[in-house]
Amino acid sequence: MSPRIVPASSDAARRRDTPLQITVDGAAVAGVEGQTVAGVLLAAGRRSWRAGPSGAPRGVFCGIGACFDCLVTVNGERDVRACRRRAVDGDAVSTQSRAGTGEPR
Amino acid sequence: MTRHVVIVGAGPAGLAAAASALRAGARVTLLDTAERPGGQYHRMLPDAYRAERNGRLHHGWARFDRLRRHVLGHPRCAWWPESAVWSLERSDPGDPAPPLVHVLRGPADGAGRDRLVLRPDALVLAPGAHDRVLPFPGWDLPGVYTAGAAQALAKGERVVVGDRVVIGGAGPFLLPVAASLIEAGSAVLAVLEANPARTVARGWGRRPWELAPQAGKAGELAEYAALLARHRVPYRTGRAVVEARGDGRVEEVVTARLRADWSVLPGTERVVAVDAACVSHGFSPQLELPAAAGCALRDTASGPFTEVDGDQLTSVPGVYAAGEITGIAGAPAARAEGLLAGWLAAGGAPAAPELRPLRRARDRARAFAGRLAAAHPIGAGWPGWLRADTVVCRCEETDFGTLCRAADDRAGGAARAVKLGTRAGLGPCQARICGPTVAELLRRRAAGAPGRPAEGLAPATPHHRPIAQPIRLGELARPPRDPHEKENTP
Repeated sequence: MSPRIVPASSDAARRRDTPLQITVDGAAVAGVEGQTVAGVLLAAGRRSWRAGPSGAPRGVFCGIGACFDCLVTVNGERDVRACRRRAVDGDAVSTQSRAGTGEPR
Repeated sequence: MTRHVVIVGAGPAGLAAAASALRAGARVTLLDTAERPGGQYHRMLPDAYRAERNGRLHHGWARFDRLRRHVLGHPRCAWWPESAVWSLERSDPGDPAPPLVHVLRGPADGAGRDRLVLRPDALVLAPGAHDRVLPFPGWDLPGVYTAGAAQALAKGERVVVGDRVVIGGAGPFLLPVAASLIEAGSAVLAVLEANPARTVARGWGRRPWELAPQAGKAGELAEYAALLARHRVPYRTGRAVVEARGDGRVEEVVTARLRADWSVLPGTERVVAVDAACVSHGFSPQLELPAAAGCALRDTASGPFTEVDGDQLTSVPGVYAAGEITGIAGAPAARAEGLLAGWLAAGGAPAAPELRPLRRARDRARAFAGRLAAAHPIGAGWPGWLRADTVVCRCEETDFGTLCRAADDRAGGAARAVKLGTRAGLGPCQARICGPTVAELLRRRAAGAPGRPAEGLAPATPHHRPIAQPIRLGELARPPRDPHEKENTP
């Protein structure tokens, strides 16, 4: 199984979700208003979306903005911490890779 | 004139500081990087979830909710959500004014955030801490999370990291994380405390009368323990996650019995199939702001913390510190420190009678922090878990073997040279995650290599980040705005 969101119908916190949709590298991904970009990606079953210098996959690690593993590009803004940025309906998210970028290793 | 107190961080310490500063008559600006107050301890659901019962996910919700409404609704309080302090500008030598506070306000890491400068009469720093995670083979696989991440996702947005989860590391924090995951529907296979029962019992059991005033915290932990028992989740001491394996994501973890020093007892390894592993070996205080303000740090066995006096005042005039950056002691301690810091930062009388119980509570909280550190230390044997190809710096993928070779190089083994040569700590996180680990590994290599030439330059402290939070060049190029009278209009 993969990461997921607690269904609103069985959530002890009694949520009333509003759906939203973002695109990730052009593909539509459904989420819920209020979720972070990382939350949308995780709940859609994605564990990793960024590549480190060797190409090694990275996703959420610290979840609170300290590790910078989860960086994505949102509407053209690079290096946004996905765990800290709220997703907005219509956001165009693209994934980032440091593999083969010629950046110093 | 009314004093203006700026408080950075709206967790248990910052919120308490705000309430107390308001009570003492000050004007308060309360900042947090999050959209809602509460910090990591009371991480709230987003407004957009329209949750009727957010409190069901929290311990001590009613009290927090009253405090938050009181502070945020107060006419003398300006609440600045989504506000990152990216720099503290020290005043000239001899000027007793606290530093100027440079703020970026707007969506996290956004390009068009508002750039503002605050000129406080006093500053209270309460930025909190994040998990400290020691490296082990495979800890960089997707599906391995810090325990704090798993809890933040479950409590803060109802996302569950996996269905079969092992939680490991050290400290009582593992219990509420397990509780959050169980509540959200994960099967928690085990909670592993690396320290042996003997160490934990000795740490907690010493001078038991000191624990009585912390009954609230003890009761909270007892509730978590009861929940674990109800769900038949084993809590094991002296065992740790020492490896994670999988193809592109974690599929299994290796757990092993540890000796008291955290070295692995050979032959005790067990393989457990999981889809997520959550690990925390303690906490790293977020020291970039106290370091930027020039506050003295105090070294402890668990690393450096901000030094404060009996009034929560740091070594810098007008700069107070509260919560985890003064020592890891949990939310009740943070509240007591925040109440003191806020009152005194606001110019409240240091001899006010209502401060006496607060000071007592704070002192007890500090004793509790000492007890916590004694009960859940990091054992010296953990580097034995590492292999030559184990990643130590997640950002730059610097492995243990490369670090050892650089450290042993007689010409270049100094901390600065190792950093530049291996790039460990130079990636996007700026050593927030690997900094303490690399420093510890180098210290040990140096201790085992006599005759090393003296360093030409003092090693930069791993907490010194002139830019405390990322700022974009475009934002930097725009002149900052002085919000003075407009602070109450968000």
